[in-house]
Amino acid sequence: MKDNSIKKVLVIGSGPIVIGQAAEFDYAGVQACRALKEEGIEVVLVNSNPATIMTDEHIADKVYIEPLTVDMLTKIIEKERPQGLMASLGGQTGLNLACELNDNGVLEKYNVKVLGTNIDSIKKAEDRELFKNLMNEIGEPIPDSEIVSSYEEALEFANKIGFPIIIRPAFTLGGAGGGIAHNEKEYEEIVHSGLTQSPINQVLVEKSIAGFKEVEYEVMRDSNDTCIIICNMENIDPIGIHTGDSFVVAPSQTLTNNEYQMLRSSAIKIIRALKIEGGCNVQFALDTKSNQYYVIEVNPRVSRSSALASKATGYPIAKITTKIAIGYNLHEIKNSVTGKTVAAFEPALDYVVVKIPKWPFDKFATGDRILGTKMKATGEVMAIGRTFCSGFKKAITSLEGKKTGLLHYKFENMSLEQLLEELHIQDDRRIFRLAEALSRGVEVDELNKITKIDKWFINKIKDITNVERELEVKPLDFELYKKAKEFGFLDSEICAYANVEQQTLDNFNLEASFRIVDTCAGEFRASTPYFYSTYCEECELEEYKKEKIDKKGNALKKENVVVLGSGPIRIGQGIEFDYCSVHASWALNENGYESVMVNSNPETLSTDFDVATRLYFEPMNVENVMNIIKKENPKGVMVQFGGQTAINLAPKLAKYGVKILGTSLESIDAVEDRKVFEKLLKDLKIPQPKGRGVRSAQEALETTRELGYPVLVRPSYVIGGRGMQVVYNDDELLTYINQALQFSSEHPVLIDQYIEGLEVELDAVSDGKDILVPGICEHIERAGVHSGDSMSIYPSRNISRKNERKLVNYARAIAKKLNIKGLMNIQFIIKDDVVYVIEVNPRASRTVPIMSKVTGIPMVKMAINAALGKSIRSFGFGTGLYRKTNLVCVKMPVFSFQKLNRIDPALAPEMKSTGEVLGVDTNFKRALLKSFIAAGYKFGGKKQRVLVSLNDHYKKPALKIVKRLFSQGFFIMATWGTHKFLEQNGVPSKMIEKFMIDKLQKRMKNGRLSFIINTPTLGKNSQTSGFQIRTIAEMYGVPCFTSIDTARAYLRAYRTFDKKVNLDVDTITNYRKKKLFGIF
Amino acid sequence: MATLILEDGTVMSVKSFGAVREVFGEIVFNTSMAGYQEIITDPSYANQIIVMTYPEIGNYGINKDDFESLNPALKALIVKEYCKNESHYKSEKSLGDYLKERNVAGIECADTRTLTKKIREAGTMNCFISPRDLSEYEIKQKIEETKNYKPNPDVVYDVTTRAVYVRGEGNPIKLAFIDYGAKYGIVKSLFNRGCEVKVYPANVNAESILNGDFDAVFLSNGPGDPQDCKVEIETIKNLIGKLPIFGICLGYQLLAIVSGAKTYKLKYGHRGGNHPVINLLTNKVMMSSQNHGYAVDINTLSDIMTPTYKNLNDDTLEGFKIDSLKIHAVQFHPEAAPGPNDASVIFDEWVELMKEYKKARV
Repeated sequence: MKDNSIKKVLVIGSGPIVIGQAAEFDYAGVQACRALKEEGIEVVLVNSNPATIMTDEHIADKVYIEPLTVDMLTKIIEKERPQGLMASLGGQTGLNLACELNDNGVLEKYNVKVLGTNIDSIKKAEDRELFKNLMNEIGEPIPDSEIVSSYEEALEFANKIGFPIIIRPAFTLGGAGGGIAHNEKEYEEIVHSGLTQSPINQVLVEKSIAGFKEVEYEVMRDSNDTCIIICNMENIDPIGIHTGDSFVVAPSQTLTNNEYQMLRSSAIKIIRALKIEGGCNVQFALDTKSNQYYVIEVNPRVSRSSALASKATGYPIAKITTKIAIGYNLHEIKNSVTGKTVAAFEPALDYVVVKIPKWPFDKFATGDRILGTKMKATGEVMAIGRTFCSGFKKAITSLEGKKTGLLHYKFENMSLEQLLEELHIQDDRRIFRLAEALSRGVEVDELNKITKIDKWFINKIKDITNVERELEVKPLDFELYKKAKEFGFLDSEICAYANVEQQTLDNFNLEASFRIVDTCAGEFRASTPYFYSTYCEECELEEYKKEKIDKKGNALKKENVVVLGSGPIRIGQGIEFDYCSVHASWALNENGYESVMVNSNPETLSTDFDVATRLYFEPMNVENVMNIIKKENPKGVMVQFGGQTAINLAPKLAKYGVKILGTSLESIDAVEDRKVFEKLLKDLKIPQPKGRGVRSAQEALETTRELGYPVLVRPSYVIGGRGMQVVYNDDELLTYINQALQFSSEHPVLIDQYIEGLEVELDAVSDGKDILVPGICEHIERAGVHSGDSMSIYPSRNISRKNERKLVNYARAIAKKLNIKGLMNIQFIIKDDVVYVIEVNPRASRTVPIMSKVTGIPMVKMAINAALGKSIRSFGFGTGLYRKTNLVCVKMPVFSFQKLNRIDPALAPEMKSTGEVLGVDTNFKRALLKSFIAAGYKFGGKKQRVLVSLNDHYKKPALKIVKRLFSQGFFIMATWGTHKFLEQNGVPSKMIEKFMIDKLQKRMKNGRLSFIINTPTLGKNSQTSGFQIRTIAEMYGVPCFTSIDTARAYLRAYRTFDKKVNLDVDTITNYRKKKLFGIF
Repeated sequence: MATLILEDGTVMSVKSFGAVREVFGEIVFNTSMAGYQEIITDPSYANQIIVMTYPEIGNYGINKDDFESLNPALKALIVKEYCKNESHYKSEKSLGDYLKERNVAGIECADTRTLTKKIREAGTMNCFISPRDLSEYEIKQKIEETKNYKPNPDVVYDVTTRAVYVRGEGNPIKLAFIDYGAKYGIVKSLFNRGCEVKVYPANVNAESILNGDFDAVFLSNGPGDPQDCKVEIETIKNLIGKLPIFGICLGYQLLAIVSGAKTYKLKYGHRGGNHPVINLLTNKVMMSSQNHGYAVDINTLSDIMTPTYKNLNDDTLEGFKIDSLKIHAVQFHPEAAPGPNDASVIFDEWVELMKEYKKARV
């Protein structure tokens, strides 16, 4: 039963989105907060990530957006005095913090109880040695392994056991710093990197069992010792690839009942031994030729896999984990899906779920695509099909690649020998090579031998490629069409394979049908508003609607509105759009509409069936969305909250006569069409950088003659500034143009004047007449760094009143002209008192959640009202620029380079960050310091050397900063050119040769290098020493500033730190309270 | 194409993958996601047509270790997607080949979720399967025939053992095991725990058992309506109080009837591996494997009967005991096969009790 002594609970979030820790913890955290509030418990939430829904003031009672450090958490605990702490919902970050708070005696001092799984259990699961001992004690098999804290020890193990060996560092996210070594050279490298990255300087070296099946179990246990399996999942990729980077299917497909139960029993034995209370994830390796299995890993917390399992089954793991944590037992909790049965049961699926990771390699062309024990995916898609094949096909569609379908990489021109050779490569394209090989007639057995992927999966993929062949060679009749649809083929694919027009398919008159996810395979009546599509089966939608009428006694006369989500998380399109989609759906409900959510991302809150009136877990593809629209017959579709994914769907949907609510399609087009946009600004007399679209190298050269260098080049139609670059001369220009045209000749390359001024951005809500601008943000880095990668300050500090007015006036003029109904984001550059507009996005932007929180303006809610034709004045926030308060915040991007090899960490116009943190205070200096701390920068300790290496362009502007380094007590090392320059300017430095990389590496490893300032020389050559220095710095976690502006800000924060300024904590509401300025 | 007909008039066009034959039977669904081999060889499914709610079936073929009986007693298996290219190191043949070999109809490409919902709403129904397309006239006729179809009430005799045999010979606890269509898993669970299991046919008389120098009697699972088992009920009446008696499934239902309780037909039964049962004495919850269409009415228990387990989904009775008469029985399947092994502790407890009872008697 419920523990009534718990009245106030602290929930720790997971911090910024990084690879290995994404939106799944926002989903989990929100579920936890709601579950606690439901019980009348006061919730105190802390998270440094402002883009999350959990940091909304109506989700928790008190919201702290503060750095996730022991120091800050202690202050919050001291202030709030909660009785309980929820640690198992904030990912590895939350868990590690809870352990530290415990070890430092903070929890004991303030009498805070860790709810759910206790600290000892967490440690037993997380600490390799303790875990190993426990497994030996209870007789559960684990692979031969040893914990080592030096390379010498590691080598001893290798000599005993032989290669290949897996290296897993202790206490790191998503296996950062781990890998598989096939020889001594690789071994040395990985062990060293692992030791460095592990906070306790420990790695586990383990006999490789690559090739075994990888199977995961999501388990729950309560204090009554009831244990249930929510879901088991089988990785299509065998052991060797991180589960976050694997194609995964739920439930397992190739396990007999005996194997399934053997692993199930083992998982339960383990969580009983660990005394887990709540959700837990157990990973197994299972031999393909015997009953031999090994326990690979236990995560004593809610995880990415549990988010996936929740969505795959309809069982809300985080919510139930929370209920268990406050004392309930599983059989005392109602199953909210059936309304009758209890939470103590194991979901039964009558469909197949397929998850595919979404990798950032399309953005990082130079990145190392090889997959191993270190996770590289930024997000994932999930699809539900009645069969494996349809689920698999839908999942591939959900990736939102340029082309859909299995044969969508250009492997058809590859020789068979080369194809077979490349099948040995474990990278993101392997399944597509496999499909190509199958379509060329390579035997399943041979492919199984090469890839170790189970024949069952290979055969299923072969079934799909066989349908492709059938479509190509057989006349397309209704039977064949039906078959293809049941296999998950899109009409567009069928048209292409069968060489027919869409009209032919329309004549078949076959509609998609929708089925319910109900946790019980139809055994009990359920009216979960959670649907997926299939073909040639009964549609449950009508029945569902009828049941709803019966329940409430009145007919459903409410109109509905479709909200398009943003698909998988990728760089440039992150959790902020989930925030917007979820709020959009809530706001629609408040306005008396039913909200219909469409999304394909299992990590998010938007795909929780508790959020929208109805949820469709479907690919964000026009055909899939249209299938839903045909059934729902909505008033219209909201496209402005789902990022570029939703915006890209708008014109396609409009073609079918679907009404786009809010800002019109013409206005969206006007902004995306360069010529129209240019004219629009011209008509409004708003300055803009000069520029032009070009389609040949010749045109490009002519254009730059006119504009003068430097120029900004980019392809048209972009997400997150993909492929954008500043170029300074003809050589660089031509290299870029030739590559870009090769990539896509359809769309022109855009060339713009590059104005190196102050970059400013604002978000606005508009109803077509009035606009409200919650605030203006100014970037710390000068223009040229992608806005997503820039540090930014709110309220702005360096913009004159006059220019502020200009910004707002421009925004108003644009909004009126485009008749914007909803959200809009504008980016400006201010130079020499001229305000240039550089970009307008007629949709929700990355900064909407931040601005909503720091100003208290419900931007998405207002946008929905505006889109529904209501005025924004009625909200009482006024119009124009909203008043400032004494809240000051600094947004800081966070990167995941440690997970991705061979990627240049240098800031550029192309976005590279995966997440962000916010430093909030009432004083700029403190907010700045907080933002660096929240992003993981370390302050204090002995001041060491700083390596300075500047390109010619930045030598002069950096001089002042380098001088400051001195006065703050750092020692300067400089590369040759920089050294000479400093010498000429009277700044002493120690010269180092750029090619002394080894020596530098040693310094970084031993912590004798505090940080690096390195402005990159242009040209994306991965051989340059600058690139090497930067990547090594990433590996060892040494801060490396590639913009002198960031370095300046860091030094400033350091000065604040040196002054021993006391950093206070407070809720976002309190920071906002004091109002200083009026509206103008 | 093949045809599937329900007594409520539902007609589905489906495909055949097993034996090509016409069958009538009672249609039921099972929600297990793995374990089709154990399910189709469970004799309790005699006369029945099973719908698997999990869509992908046949994935790992048929192996020699996972049989629950040698002769599958079901009439037909209905699946959404039959896997013809099975993949498992133990597999000896495909599911389709096995069904053909055993003359069991196999149906694929069926809208199994719709079937499940129809069974859930209307209750267990009669079903007819034809391996070919039927004319409208034939369909009409078959619907009528399906409505009128009556399953064989003596179905237990179709699946019980014909000969007496012993497993675990020489083990210390001597057990008389009455086979109403027993799953091998139960026999195995007992001899693995030190019982010498002497398996008798269903119609064995009480005397043979009472004269057999046994420590206890074990009543197995089996198909059909417990109230049809008149002979068996009489036999049990003559055993009660004279020897400790343990029972599972049909054996449990028969023991309940003999102890004074009533049974009734559940609307659509419990068939799957995810049924939560709570131990009413310890308040502990476990996941159980279930396969039954009848239940003991919890409101009809006689005073001497102590309820021991309850189903958390629908609060139906799942177990009882009578300490004074040394009777212990559960409705669900502690031998799992298929399903979770959580309840195997019941065999441990029971074998301990058998030992105690034995000691007390000596």
